[in-house]
Amino acid sequence: MNNIVFLPVLLPFLTGIILIFFSKKIQTQRILSLLSVILGIVISIVLVLNVHHQGIMALEVSSWEAPFGIAMVADMLSSLLVVTTSIVGFAIMIYSFYSIGIEREKFFYYPVFQFLLVGINGAFLTGDIFNLFVFFEVMLMASYVLLVLGGTKPQLRESLKYILVNVISSALFVITVAYLYSVVGTLNMADISRRIAEAGQPGIITVIAVSFLIVFGLKGAIFPLFYWLPGSYYVPPIPVIALFGALLTKVGLYSIMRTYTLLFYHDQGYTHELLGILAIATIIVGVIGAVGYWDLKKIIIYNIVIAVGVIAFGISLMNEQGLSGSIFYMIHDIIIKAALFLLIGVMIKITGTSNLREISGLINSYPFLGWTFFIAALSLAGIPPFSGFTGKLLLLRGAVSGGEYVGFAVILLSSLMMLYSVMKIFINGFWGPPSPSRPRAYADAERVPVKRLLFPSALLVAVSIVYGVGAEAVYPFISQATETLMQPDIYINAVLKE
Amino acid sequence: MEVLMAVVIGILFMSATYLMLSKSILRIIIGTGLLSHGAHLLILTMGGLKHGTAVPLLGEQAESYVDPLPQALILTAIVISFGVTSFFLVLAYRTYQELGTDNMDQLRGKEANE
Repeated sequence: MNNIVFLPVLLPFLTGIILIFFSKKIQTQRILSLLSVILGIVISIVLVLNVHHQGIMALEVSSWEAPFGIAMVADMLSSLLVVTTSIVGFAIMIYSFYSIGIEREKFFYYPVFQFLLVGINGAFLTGDIFNLFVFFEVMLMASYVLLVLGGTKPQLRESLKYILVNVISSALFVITVAYLYSVVGTLNMADISRRIAEAGQPGIITVIAVSFLIVFGLKGAIFPLFYWLPGSYYVPPIPVIALFGALLTKVGLYSIMRTYTLLFYHDQGYTHELLGILAIATIIVGVIGAVGYWDLKKIIIYNIVIAVGVIAFGISLMNEQGLSGSIFYMIHDIIIKAALFLLIGVMIKITGTSNLREISGLINSYPFLGWTFFIAALSLAGIPPFSGFTGKLLLLRGAVSGGEYVGFAVILLSSLMMLYSVMKIFINGFWGPPSPSRPRAYADAERVPVKRLLFPSALLVAVSIVYGVGAEAVYPFISQATETLMQPDIYINAVLKE
Repeated sequence: MEVLMAVVIGILFMSATYLMLSKSILRIIIGTGLLSHGAHLLILTMGGLKHGTAVPLLGEQAESYVDPLPQALILTAIVISFGVTSFFLVLAYRTYQELGTDNMDQLRGKEANE
């Protein structure tokens, strides 16, 4: 029954293939992909429960024994991220029905959507470093297509840059895997970890660890490597931005978390210190961007960068509270970023602009939208009853017990600035008199199905409230995930069956 | 042999970096091609280059074979980079048609609201 580990990858893969055959029949496409995403949620929840009761599930593909074949491994961290991916995928899929437009839907939007889910779920579940590369490429190829689909001028321009950056980072990934293979002679992550432990992490392994940080930092937008993100994430349609902003950078962060806790944990003085410094710099840069812009999309995009920094800082602490805070915050951030992008998508749909200076007084006509956005904003900043609070609290306690007071202060201040940046949207966009300068756009808004568009984002905000209020119930899962990260032997023994 | 390969791969990486820092899109794509050549040769070299070993075919009945794993990795990496490169080339063609330039300097974002 271990085959369930592979289902979150197989299901969207098969759906994607089937959907290719009738790309012009949009209704069938929608129904099939919706069914598949719902089934995906069910499967991933079953997976989480299984892992919770039985411990780590490892599937040896084709029954080749562990270091020789490819192993798919579902530990608690992977399964939780797969659940979150499915839920966010479901909400964004519904939002796409009402907003992506018939032209894009006819040109393989839903199949590519499914292939993106294949790549993300595969990257979360794989136990093989080269297989991770392949799933990264599946994810990136799908993201190239989603980014450029529609072919407007800004999309073409930014896709060129996005592809170039990712081609370079993929080549670096291959190079780094080649170096690692020449040192340890294996590709299975559990086996690599065991052999590095035997060698006691010599200098060359530290070099490889830093190379991996560069590779995954390029995917996950860490400080000096984040420059591609604001431009690329600005141009595609809103559901695509939500998908990218919520999930793609988190795959890079997950990979950093996996490699830095499972493989390169012997000589933490250099690598984890470096990660910590870069994380703090990432937070600062993200804050500057989020506070500086007067554009809805740019503000939320820079909030992604801040969250990346916060999560990376939690990884660099390498103590139990820091890591569990990081995991808690990562899941929260996937949900809330998707919700925020969908909410500003509704605002842009209503007003026809993403310039905050041209929007005001929306609360009169759209109170539900306004208060949903308000709750999402509080949740993003980490106000106690909502979901951002617990993760940051754990992170801050981890920072204190690790003696990292600079990081502690930066994270607290960054929360304030995050709150300021989203409240800027709320106060300027929703309060005040209705904007007189754009009467035409508001008239158009009558025809926009705002209630339908709001449903998925309200759903995500509801999930995030439940996640925040029910932190007590979620915590056993998080602490199980942390336990595996803190003690790599659990993972290694589960995969290599010793 | 490995040292020679390392130097050659280094030269490939150097040329790739130089080309990717230039302004014309086509030069950049040629650079990515050279970069992936370098990466693939690097996998082969890192897998070990030993004399007197047979190709990995069991029919050869040899004493020892060359490491088969890096060859499989390269094959995978080649087709992936092939797919990405063809997408990249078509995208460059389309960009040239739509925007009328192949100069990266003229492909700057001019977003309002900043």
